[in-house]
Amino acid sequence: MRFAVVVFPGSNCDHDCYHVIKHVLGAAVSFVWHKEGDLGGADVAIVPGGFSYGDYLRAGAIARFSPVMEAVRRHAARGRPVIGICNGFQILAEAGLLPGALRRNASLRFICDDVWLRCESQRTPFTQAIEAGQVLKMPIAHGEGNFFCKPDTLAELEMNGQIVFRYCDPEGRTTRAANLNGSTAHVAGVCSREGNVLGLMPHPERASERDMGSEDGLRLFQSLLAAAAP
Amino acid sequence: MAKTVVYVTYKRGVLDPQGEAVRGALASLGFQGVRGVRVGKYIELDLANGRPEEQRAEVEKMCRQLLANPVLEDFRIEISPSAPPE
Repeated sequence: MRFAVVVFPGSNCDHDCYHVIKHVLGAAVSFVWHKEGDLGGADVAIVPGGFSYGDYLRAGAIARFSPVMEAVRRHAARGRPVIGICNGFQILAEAGLLPGALRRNASLRFICDDVWLRCESQRTPFTQAIEAGQVLKMPIAHGEGNFFCKPDTLAELEMNGQIVFRYCDPEGRTTRAANLNGSTAHVAGVCSREGNVLGLMPHPERASERDMGSEDGLRLFQSLLAAAAP
Repeated sequence: MAKTVVYVTYKRGVLDPQGEAVRGALASLGFQGVRGVRVGKYIELDLANGRPEEQRAEVEKMCRQLLANPVLEDFRIEISPSAPPE
């Protein structure tokens, strides 16, 4: 299984993703510059975190018009896995590949902290090997991660199992205090209707080695390998 | 050139964290009676001369595709008449 890490001007988690895929997961990975028109034959597209185009106008608003996003769109339309992390989630939401939008954090502060996530759906290849209700620890680092969608969209997402992760406390309870950025319904990650496109604000690539304080993030990538295994 | 201004704000009913913070700050300064504050974006466009109705349609397209996020923002367009030729 080969991974492509898309790189925009202002991406800053691209090397972390590359490192984890290559050296921790042990899979093939290459960078794809945003001017490229294809993903070089990769099986999985990673849209990493950062501040693409300086977050000008809105986070992700300009990156989504980069040529590589057409390739990501085609990749997604073929049912292949796409994961957007943090700014990558914002880009995929702006591109309409994922539902909802990310607002300024309710506190107006940039939040850099460890959070706990409850896995709510096995519909994505990234979570199919993770038990429902499993609590994962990963860091967040964002100023605009406050998920918003309209109530009817939320009902649809719930019904289709498109809410993949919710912020919770270490015991898995979705307390108000655990929802650090004020997201609608504690949503930390959502997937497309078909389930192959996942976006989340927390950083699994920063929680993939014991020395980093958690290996829970690696499970998303391991789940992907398990999903692809015959 | 026709000066065009686009205002982008969160839709009614979408909590605007910046507006809420400003409202709180105003109240703490003693400005009572401010029931709501909404903070938005102001975007100025210099457009080449054209027919106003066509320009408006063009700017609406810009808003829908880029300047506003239709999931949570509304936009308002003001086109000021072109200056008469000198």
